[in-house]
Amino acid sequence: MTAPDILLDVHHLTMRFGGLVAVDDLSFQARRGQITAIIGPNGAGKTTVFNCITGFYRPTEGMIRLVHPDGAEFLLERLFDFRIAEKARVNRTFQNIRLFPGMTVLENLLIAQHNALMRASGYTLFGLFGLPVYTNAERAAVDKARHWLDRMGLLDRADDAAGGLPYGAQRRLEIARALCADPVLLCLDEPAAGLNPRESNELSGLLQEIASDDGVSILLIEHHMHVVMEISHHIVVLDYGQKIADGTPDAIRNDPRVIAAYLGVEEEEVDTVIEGAAP
Amino acid sequence: MEYFLQQLINGLTLGSIYGLIAIGYTMVYGIIGMINFAHGDIFMVGAFIALIAFLALVAIGLTAVPVALLIVLLVAMLLTALYGWTVERFAYRPLRGSFRLAPLISAIGMSIALQNYIQIAQGARVKPLQPLVTGNYPLIDSGAFHVQISNIQIIIIVVTVALMLGFSWVVSSTRLGRDMRACAQDLKMAALVGVDTDRTISLTFVIGAALASVAGVMFLLYYGVIDFFIGFVAGVKAFTAAVLGGIGSLPGAMLGGLLIGLIEVFWSAYFSVQYKDVAAFSVLVLVLIFMPTGILGRPEVEKV
Amino acid sequence: MPAGAAREKLKAAGLDIFGALKDAGIAAFVAFGLFSLIIGLRTEQGITGQLILLPRPELLFVLVALVFAGRFVIALFFRSGLAHAGRTIISPDLRKKLDYVGSFMGVFLLLFALAIPFLFYSNRYLLDLSILVLTYVMLGWGLNIVVGLAGLLDLGYVAFYAVGAYSYALLAQNFGWSFWLCLPVAGILAAFWGILLGFPVLRLRGDYLAIVTLAFGEIIRLVLLNWQDFTGGPNGISGIPRPSFFGIPFTADETGFAARFGLEFDPSHRVVFLFYLILALALLTNFVTLRLRRLPVGRAWEAMREDEIACRSLGINTTNTKLTAFAIGAMFGGFAGGFFATRQGFISPESFVFMESAMIVAIVVLGGMGSQIGVAVAAVVMVGGFELFREFEQFRMLIFGLAMVAIMVWRPRGLVAHRAPSIFLRQKKEIPPEALEEVQR
Repeated sequence: MTAPDILLDVHHLTMRFGGLVAVDDLSFQARRGQITAIIGPNGAGKTTVFNCITGFYRPTEGMIRLVHPDGAEFLLERLFDFRIAEKARVNRTFQNIRLFPGMTVLENLLIAQHNALMRASGYTLFGLFGLPVYTNAERAAVDKARHWLDRMGLLDRADDAAGGLPYGAQRRLEIARALCADPVLLCLDEPAAGLNPRESNELSGLLQEIASDDGVSILLIEHHMHVVMEISHHIVVLDYGQKIADGTPDAIRNDPRVIAAYLGVEEEEVDTVIEGAAP
Repeated sequence: MEYFLQQLINGLTLGSIYGLIAIGYTMVYGIIGMINFAHGDIFMVGAFIALIAFLALVAIGLTAVPVALLIVLLVAMLLTALYGWTVERFAYRPLRGSFRLAPLISAIGMSIALQNYIQIAQGARVKPLQPLVTGNYPLIDSGAFHVQISNIQIIIIVVTVALMLGFSWVVSSTRLGRDMRACAQDLKMAALVGVDTDRTISLTFVIGAALASVAGVMFLLYYGVIDFFIGFVAGVKAFTAAVLGGIGSLPGAMLGGLLIGLIEVFWSAYFSVQYKDVAAFSVLVLVLIFMPTGILGRPEVEKV
Repeated sequence: MPAGAAREKLKAAGLDIFGALKDAGIAAFVAFGLFSLIIGLRTEQGITGQLILLPRPELLFVLVALVFAGRFVIALFFRSGLAHAGRTIISPDLRKKLDYVGSFMGVFLLLFALAIPFLFYSNRYLLDLSILVLTYVMLGWGLNIVVGLAGLLDLGYVAFYAVGAYSYALLAQNFGWSFWLCLPVAGILAAFWGILLGFPVLRLRGDYLAIVTLAFGEIIRLVLLNWQDFTGGPNGISGIPRPSFFGIPFTADETGFAARFGLEFDPSHRVVFLFYLILALALLTNFVTLRLRRLPVGRAWEAMREDEIACRSLGINTTNTKLTAFAIGAMFGGFAGGFFATRQGFISPESFVFMESAMIVAIVVLGGMGSQIGVAVAAVVMVGGFELFREFEQFRMLIFGLAMVAIMVWRPRGLVAHRAPSIFLRQKKEIPPEALEEVQR
């Protein structure tokens, strides 16, 4: 009964840790090809929502439904963690970047294509004997990695250790790595954190391209309000685990409850909300 | 029934010894998240120090058992604590923040080194000690079988209970205990709010070693014979006890120790003496597979 | 105040003698506490069977004095701490040259290994020692898959070695199967046990896994020790059939190897055959490992070592990936065990104690986790070094333990800490150990 372009349908999601209710009866929807942002003060439960969607936590209650373009439906709360990435094709990045620091940038991107390459290598058997079916697949995987490295401006660093990259490049590499896994839904946990203004502007442009040109829908947690307001099609606002607003950027920046929630926390952030509203 | 009661008493005694060692594992794991593989060998060193101290007291003519016992306990605690401090300072502290398997491998090296150190210094032969504390109280006498509790069993259980109470008080009510709990919660944060983490970790090793040495003294008195290899098996069993009780939890360590002692004694009594170590190791495997948080441990939420 | 002035002057020269004296005094005091009873008094069995104490004040004094002197020198000249000195001792220039030499090292070692039977044909002792070293090289390479690549600390690896050895012995004795049939079956059975034991425990975190594998190793040893009917208990199994040269036995009679090939009978033939056999098995281990490293499964192993959570977020089934590493490592351990059984002709639980596991782990760790050449060199150094100091049985174990600690402090990533990437786009760059050093979380 949902509109055909609904990609993700979070339905009455609740997550409790002991007595603490981190997410309380949250419902929202994300549309295909759009950028949906989840914002809210620190500790509002944003990352917990991500962890539920990507399978790192099992929700206490609620339903998370994902619909692929081909109509296949997945109930994410029932899938075991890595199966969400494997079958439902939801990939994510982490608030504190999680790369494979001792491996090269290119290796990082090939690991993201693990399942496809495993199949191509006949679960190692063909690969062990160097059959062309595997060598071709590996070449294709390298080409895909090259494509995303080029898009992220990391081509020159392909053979360097991921752990040795500067901070901003590590963030972009993590996004590239998630994209190499061919996601239907890309979940980004604070991708602009720690970036300078120029870098975060570039990132905004990049994310818009990914959503519009590559057709990868994005779910975004972000504190930089100008990034959120500039690129999101739809914003969900959380406070103390509950949804307090849900709508377009314009509706959100004028919502008194949102302003109050931010006022209740830190004055600087209110300024950013209003600044974000100005241009 | 009488046989059962007797085994129960024996099991509780053995369990007290394991419990005292287990505290060292559980505290260190709670604070820096590493398995101090050399802890069993610290226990062994404590037993040797106690043995030598006993002999030295006898040599200088001090034979009043209660006084000798007290002195031996104090000397063993002091010197073994020094071993605990030294091991932490040289084998573990430089590795803080190093890659994650490094401390464990270093601990294994330390365990091997301690065993061979004692073997070189004191010889590979078993060391017997004549019984110092004798006498027992008959509890039930049904003619065919006597249930009795010996003085040494009473001493072991009383000392263990007293140390547990004392130590619980330290953790709950002193500055040091508060620092330890803070470090266990979040080492970095504790350092930021002014806890001297290096000192706290050092003291944790010191206290753990001191308690292990008490276990060593008790082991020496109870069995009357020790060798340089007792630390390995006792260490694994005490670690099992710590995991069974819930690692990081002090009452858990004691409870786990008692359970492991009972399992071992009853297994030997009713099934097979040869397979008693297999029983203890199997318990370890089963607990880790089916109940990794133990009986009193808190479930761990994975930090993503 | 002349003393104060002198002190300032020395400090300016970078020498703080008073501070060093103070440090050395504290160290000597601690050493005295540590050694006072354990070293200062030795327990010996008296005539009546009771223990007596023999004082050793001289030894105690010498040791404490050594600690004092050692600490004084260190405090005076290496104030920055010994722990970090090692990392900078090798200059980048020298490092480059070493790398250059290192790139030929593998080829050189291989050629040398191939030539050993010709060089030392008449030296039975050296041949036997080489076979022993190669067995450990193979075990090290096998465990390297588990510990070095997949990052799973397995302290019970010797269990699979034991499974391989006992499988071989029992199959060869009870069913009379030939060497070439027994050996693969021994490996497969070990792999099977690897899967069986690994499946329930591989989701445990690093150090829990280490303890559980240790427990498994001990359980298997204790069962071998106590199951008299099946394994012969502490007496073990003897009279295990010796290997034949593809069906031709190494005997002195008409049908023996020497007669068939028109050679004069020499017992060394069999030893040389065993040597090449273990060399081939070790090289097979190496070849398969190098191959797997370049395949998705091998990359997933290394990725798992780096960050397991990130692996799961990319849809990698970490349990299966760990199991493959565990099973393949166990399989090579089983091969080595089968070889061990046929070479010795006799096996008993005593060969499969925890110390063996610790030894193999030490070889992998000291060599540099993940580095094939490092593991090989470490096996040569450790097993060879052990042989050299055979007379100092106890001291070598003490040194072995202390060396493990020292290497962890000095180079936590082992001797060969650089990692070679499995694939490259333009230029193959070695990855320095700094990048491998785990980020604190």
